[in-house]
Amino acid sequence: MNCKTDLPVMLPVSKPEPEPFCGLRAWHILPLALLAIFGPSLAFAQSDEGVLSPLAVLMNWAPLLLKGFIFNLVISVSAMALGTVVGAMLGLGQISLIPAVRGGSWFVTQFFRNAPWLVLLFFAMFLLPFEIDLFGLKIPFPDWLKAILGLSLPVMANVSEIVRGAVNSLPSGQWEAAESLAYTRLQTLWLIILPQCVKRMLPPWMNLYSILTMATVLASIVGVSEVMTLTGQALASEGGRPELLAPFYGFVLLLFFVYCYPIARFTVRLEKKFAVIG
Amino acid sequence: MDLIFDWFRVLYQETGINLPFLYDEYDRNRMVDGFLTTIRLSLVCLFFSVIIGVIGAWLQGSGFKWTRRIVNGYIQLFRNTPPLVQLYFFYFAIGTLLPRVENDWGGQSPILGSFAWAAISLSFFAGAFNVEIFRSGIEAVPRSTVEAAEALGFSKLQIYRDITLPLAFRVVLPALNNNLVNLVKTTTLAYAIAVPEMLYEANQIWSDNVNVTEMMIFLLLAYFVLVGVLVGAMNRWERAMKIPGYG
Repeated sequence: MNCKTDLPVMLPVSKPEPEPFCGLRAWHILPLALLAIFGPSLAFAQSDEGVLSPLAVLMNWAPLLLKGFIFNLVISVSAMALGTVVGAMLGLGQISLIPAVRGGSWFVTQFFRNAPWLVLLFFAMFLLPFEIDLFGLKIPFPDWLKAILGLSLPVMANVSEIVRGAVNSLPSGQWEAAESLAYTRLQTLWLIILPQCVKRMLPPWMNLYSILTMATVLASIVGVSEVMTLTGQALASEGGRPELLAPFYGFVLLLFFVYCYPIARFTVRLEKKFAVIG
Repeated sequence: MDLIFDWFRVLYQETGINLPFLYDEYDRNRMVDGFLTTIRLSLVCLFFSVIIGVIGAWLQGSGFKWTRRIVNGYIQLFRNTPPLVQLYFFYFAIGTLLPRVENDWGGQSPILGSFAWAAISLSFFAGAFNVEIFRSGIEAVPRSTVEAAEALGFSKLQIYRDITLPLAFRVVLPALNNNLVNLVKTTTLAYAIAVPEMLYEANQIWSDNVNVTEMMIFLLLAYFVLVGVLVGAMNRWERAMKIPGYG
């Protein structure tokens, strides 16, 4: 999109640019955030004997919170894997030639895309059984597994839309050329269309992963013991001291920021790299 | 109307499909209140997030380096952290630091309730996305249009208000609508700090009546319809606001 003109025409919309950032780099956020979190707690630091300062309390609990955060990441990766597999099939269903399959896939996609994540999570939590009876063999169905299923539902719908969008964004000449070379529809899709789509799907897919990672804290509302639940429990066991609230919640914010920010930067870079010129 | 309500009571007695928010007046009022609270929270957040977006995008174009840095820091911080943790941070961490006021019963209550904190937190969250969206729209307005306005003696504020923003607004409408639809879905998070919105009220009803399945399915359908209506209206609006010959 490098068309230069002096005429007063509307310029094409630029992608949300990766913020020039004028000197403020990613690692600058770290000390700033640390300051924001621990600044207020230092003010409380001149406390009485025997009471640990908020910073020391946070350091005591940090290993546990980190473990909880890793659990969040496990949930996010599993839900993403499951959602991607099912969503890809659903997306291909949306471009099927059979009207019933197309319509059905479209409806399922829209339904799960329009429902709030939290409601879907509740849906999975309360409506799935806590154990499955398979040929007399009782398989337990723990909370975290239900959370993964619940979170993979919206992921599935979004992946489906990403796949459909990517396939539709390819010029129809690709299909026609493949047809003239006597490829079957399946071959065209598998050998020609999808390989080109992967490049286009990658940035929105990563974006979705980032959103999903941030949505894993929702599992705390329905009682999965991930980082947010553990934070609440840690705060409760410290006797609910109000000066601890800001450092603890700030610490959780920081954990997610440190994980998601690089993903966001990388996504923007990929988007730029794959941008079609012209 | 009563006939229909009674029919649902019969439905419950005959089949066991329990929809108390239709035949029971108390539950019906709760559900309607929840629905209205969801709408109210959505509207308040929509309004403030758009305002934050407009102001933020304007500040990003400012000549001061530090203004731009702070706005960028705000965007990155709010975009890359979970909205639920932001909500908790605002409600529990900042909410407890604020002074308390005496309420009608002589007790102490926080100066801002859960609804206010949900509105503030979600507005900031959606606002961070809106700033980026508006910025991309402002960049799409050609430099020469702004120069022409300058030549006609418009002030900087007037140019932004009367020239740049109306044009940019039309360009960003699809992205903006997408974000606003997301915002409406995010209002369910207010459940976590006990704002009596639709999910919360549904939870109350299924706790009282033990009809989780029916309520869950109703809730999914309700949100599906709510968001579907919103998306439909937004698409019509987009078509009406389209700049002829662009895009």
